[in-house]
Amino acid sequence: MESKSSTTGNRDNPNRNLHGSKTMMASHFLRALFRIQQTSTSSSSAGRSRRIRRAAYASMAYSAGTRRAWSRALLRKLRSRARLRFPRRLSRAATPQRRDMDQAQVLRKLVPGGPSMDDCKLLEETADYIRFLTTQVRLMQTVMDSISS
Amino acid sequence: MSSRRARSRQSTSSSRITDEQINDLVSKLQAVLPEARIRGAERVSAARVLQETCNYIRSLHREVDDLSERLSELLATTEASSAQAAIIRSLLK
Repeated sequence: MESKSSTTGNRDNPNRNLHGSKTMMASHFLRALFRIQQTSTSSSSAGRSRRIRRAAYASMAYSAGTRRAWSRALLRKLRSRARLRFPRRLSRAATPQRRDMDQAQVLRKLVPGGPSMDDCKLLEETADYIRFLTTQVRLMQTVMDSISS
Repeated sequence: MSSRRARSRQSTSSSRITDEQINDLVSKLQAVLPEARIRGAERVSAARVLQETCNYIRSLHREVDDLSERLSELLATTEASSAQAAIIRSLLK
């Protein structure tokens, strides 16, 4: 059952990949957090929350590395210092590849790197992106709880 | 193993994605959604899974925004060393 091949390893054990990434995610995020705390003044509170938000997506992307299209796309955006924006409003579907994949056009705008993915890749990348996103959210909640207790 | 990958790569590049492929990937996607969003583990339509996925991702993005703001306020009012100590303590638990 255990596959020795590294090519199928990722597919068979998605949670195993996440475990090692969690540590990287936490250490990257925490280091960024403390850096932000030490270098920001009380007058830049909006800037501070933006920097924290950026650090959240950065630690997600760095811990996923370059093996995923969504993390590569995020890393590119972060390095170019472009604003990290995701669409809030529901947008109209354009021309979908398959009828039951209408929502795929909406999904493409929510997943980093989505526009250049075909339907299959989009579904795979989305599942992985969600796993990392939920881990990051949980990490942030843990940090919040521990500071405020 | 490698022939299967070559075949699937070939089919996606010619846009001939099979129902089976989509259904398989959709059910994997459904597995990462919280159960509350999709009632039970019944089979739901691909369209429904995608819709719930979009909603879920949007709510996660909002949570990141919200937590960033709250963390920002907390860090402003907390002394650095005590914040660090509290975090390390809770992570080591």
